[in-house]
Amino acid sequence: MSENLRFKDHHTEQRLFRNRMLVAIIGVAALLGVLVARLYNLQIVNYENYRTQSDENRIQVRPVPPTRGLIYDRNGVLLADNRASYTLAIVRERIKDLDATLELLGNLVQMDDDDVEKFKRRLQRRRPFEPVPLRYRLTEEEIARISVNEFRLPGVSVEAELVRYYPETELFAHSVGYVGRIAERDLSAFSEEDVRRYRGTQSIGKVGLERSYEDLLLGEVGFENVETNARGRVLRVLERHDPKPGAELTLHLDTRLQQVATDALGEHRGAVVAIDVKTGGVLAFVSKPSYDPNLFVTGISFKDYSELRDSLDVPLFNRVVQGQYPPGSTLKPMMGLGGLAAGVITANTRVADPGFFRLPNDSRIYRDWKRWGHGKSIDLIEGLAQSCDVYFWDMASRWNIDGMHDIATRFGLGDKTGIDLPREYPGIFPSREWKRGARGAAWYPGDSLNAVLGQGFVLATPLQLAVMTATIANRGTHYRPQMVMAIDGVEQPPEVLHHVEARPEHWDLVFKGMEQVVKAGTGKNAGAGLDFRVAGKSGTAQVVGIAQGAKYDSEALKERHRDHALFIAFAPVDDPQIAVSVLVENGEGGGRVAAPVAREVLADWMQRPFEDTAGLSSWRPPMAPLTSTPFEEVRVRG
Amino acid sequence: MASRDYMHRLPDAGSSLRRPESLSRRWHIDLPLLLLLLILAGVGLVVLYSASGEEIHYVKRQAVFMGLAFTGMVIAAQIPLEFYRRWSPWFYLGGCCLLVAVLFVGVGAKGAQRWLQIGGFRFQPSEVLKLAVPISVAAFLHRRTLPPSLFTIVGALAIIGVPALLIVRQPDLGTSILIAASGIFALYLSGLSWKMIGSAGLLAALAAWPMWMWGMRDYQRQRVLTLFNPDADRLGAGWNIFQSKAAIGSGGWAGKGYMEGTQSQLDFLPESHTDFIIAVLAEEWGMRGALILLTLYLLIIARGIYISFTAQHVFGRLLAGSITLTFFVYVFVNIGMVSGLLPVVGVPLPLVSHGGTSVITLMAGFGILMAISTERRRVLF
Repeated sequence: MSENLRFKDHHTEQRLFRNRMLVAIIGVAALLGVLVARLYNLQIVNYENYRTQSDENRIQVRPVPPTRGLIYDRNGVLLADNRASYTLAIVRERIKDLDATLELLGNLVQMDDDDVEKFKRRLQRRRPFEPVPLRYRLTEEEIARISVNEFRLPGVSVEAELVRYYPETELFAHSVGYVGRIAERDLSAFSEEDVRRYRGTQSIGKVGLERSYEDLLLGEVGFENVETNARGRVLRVLERHDPKPGAELTLHLDTRLQQVATDALGEHRGAVVAIDVKTGGVLAFVSKPSYDPNLFVTGISFKDYSELRDSLDVPLFNRVVQGQYPPGSTLKPMMGLGGLAAGVITANTRVADPGFFRLPNDSRIYRDWKRWGHGKSIDLIEGLAQSCDVYFWDMASRWNIDGMHDIATRFGLGDKTGIDLPREYPGIFPSREWKRGARGAAWYPGDSLNAVLGQGFVLATPLQLAVMTATIANRGTHYRPQMVMAIDGVEQPPEVLHHVEARPEHWDLVFKGMEQVVKAGTGKNAGAGLDFRVAGKSGTAQVVGIAQGAKYDSEALKERHRDHALFIAFAPVDDPQIAVSVLVENGEGGGRVAAPVAREVLADWMQRPFEDTAGLSSWRPPMAPLTSTPFEEVRVRG
Repeated sequence: MASRDYMHRLPDAGSSLRRPESLSRRWHIDLPLLLLLLILAGVGLVVLYSASGEEIHYVKRQAVFMGLAFTGMVIAAQIPLEFYRRWSPWFYLGGCCLLVAVLFVGVGAKGAQRWLQIGGFRFQPSEVLKLAVPISVAAFLHRRTLPPSLFTIVGALAIIGVPALLIVRQPDLGTSILIAASGIFALYLSGLSWKMIGSAGLLAALAAWPMWMWGMRDYQRQRVLTLFNPDADRLGAGWNIFQSKAAIGSGGWAGKGYMEGTQSQLDFLPESHTDFIIAVLAEEWGMRGALILLTLYLLIIARGIYISFTAQHVFGRLLAGSITLTFFVYVFVNIGMVSGLLPVVGVPLPLVSHGGTSVITLMAGFGILMAISTERRRVLF
């Protein structure tokens, strides 16, 4: 022992120790008191508050997305379906190290930088407790790999969801359209109400009917109270309010007619529209080339998208409602009727056609498409049948643009048709006011000569031409074109926009002229071998170029400068059922290239036995809501 | 008491003649302490079963550790105090060497380097220091005249400071605080003048700012900030505290019932079977249960203080007092941090939290406490 011990004063030391320990005991007691006070504060004073917090913790209100309404053609062929798809999703607030989790997931499933980048953008918008999708369309193998590693992946889940599927792929891309993932752009435009309605829903109609009928197709979101653990795993459902599924749409479209029209266009780019004359229902809606809408549903890859976007053939371009083409001579029947109604011409009006036309007091010579002219004495019927330009120039020189504009407007030109599809273009039918506004110039008589032939400033969409044709076939009843025939089995009534007033004999004359086009004129190809009477009119339009901004390569340049071929037709003449407009881009000669397409469509519609849909591979009997209203009976046949 | 103590200090030669030597006397077991520890360990296992999501595997593992720890305690109780005192420098130096080794060849997890890997066995040298530091400081002071001179104080602080700083470097703030506390308690109990304590407090207050600026890591600062404003980052640093407060608070007076705690059973509570286990108990057993647990701790501490009062000499007194007060620090820091009073530092709840090494060290400490309590029945040195 050290010597220090000797000097130790045990008594003092012990007293010191006891003093210190007594103070320590007071300290211990005080601190224990603090703990007890804390427990009292938490467990007694704030009990209700924490009780609520604890309940909110585990009980989550989860949105239950509604199933999107299905879309059928008029025969019950499914055009837009919902199929189960498995999505890898992440709940942000359950994850400690996001990058580590993403890296781990990268080893388990196929994922590229694009996916991760999109995910991170989505992440910023969603609430931290909402699952944010990372990868769509997981394969069976990927699902298995994730579930094996589940314990290493808190906050990561595989969610089954119904995803839009378009069984007919390319056939209805431009009419039915497609849904796509709700983009940040969409979200920022959402109202409070929209945000609520889209809780739990991943996609939204982007183009076509999917977009225009978005409100009906979406349905109403449901809710369920679920008990979850901190990892976000749902343990049980406490309460559930079922969602209301979206409305089912039945279209006027006929899958087989659509196929026939598509096939008839062959390799050409162009558009075909067929309209039910009695209702304005759109029977065929073809814009070619098309694309597979399924690519867009869960987010198209950059490569696929740039391929579609940069294609010289602009497959994404909806030629039917957005393609604005000079309609050319297809306007002549309407102009003829306008001239008759306005008294500018009569059935007996005859014009000599030397192959050119010259306005009074004007040195400029307007040349007929037929160099040597059509002869000495051309009347309206002959003028239509042979598409004699001089006849209509002569008429236009005695008429005025106001009259022409008026009649064109009544037939639906120069304005949107009002079809139930989004982003329709209005085309142009010029007037004095229009020219002053758009060109800052006065109207010249020469402009009228261009307008009457559907050239110059005139632009029309193939849909407008079909509506015009149907209006002629109806002898003036101008229906709004409609894609949707019935919503949830409730038939949508046709809607008359105008009635073009003209005397019956004037209609007869135009009918006769158009029938002559097919019988003996420029449109013989439209009626060949058909056992019903067809009326039509060809058109050829000089190319202005439809794809603004698209680069033409020199190879394709020549072909793409050729004239567009057009043809309008309706049948049968004695009781018109169907009206068709055909546009073939750079097809030259409407009668030669476009008329046979119209013929195929008319032939299929008129000659097909009523029930003959069984040949369609995709045909299915009408689904549930349709059983109450058999649509086959709605269809009227001549 | 003083006179009775004096009596106890006499050689106890005649006791065996008066009545048969009891088991506790022969094995140097302090029966009240043993009983209290057994009850606490039992409660710990029951709470653990619930906290670990009814995984009996955890409970079995912990029971094995507790068995080992109680055995360790009994062994520690058999060793004469003189042995601890004599060997304390080697014990201490060896521990410090291991700590230095950890800095160079240690293995770790979550950014900390705390373990030494020897074969398949992982070993945390800071556990050694939890006992080595109070023993060494007590032994150091035992040889000096008390109250300690300034020189003695500096010496004691040096003994405390070296391992504490080495452990802070790992980093393991919680353990470092506990070890520093155990040494400082010994120093305090030795009769440190109040003037000294006051100026040390002042110094500590002055050191707070540079400590905050340069001495702490970002995550440590974050924890302190979280304490004052837990709602600022509820999904990040505030998450644990938010959830544990909700667990404790929602327990109320009576609790939600055993295994019925939604916070703990649904995995909202982090570390529910280790550092945050008190929240499980408070949620499921309510304030009633928490008070019972606190009472158990209080009784153990009271017994420890009693032993320190009855100790035969300075070394035993200081060591018993230090071990007892450090044990209280464990309890206070753990419950304080889980209930949101203190920043989150990794301090387990003694004998309830799951984890092997801390139990063994704790029980070894109680073994030494028992050795002190039965010292009077040994031959004096």
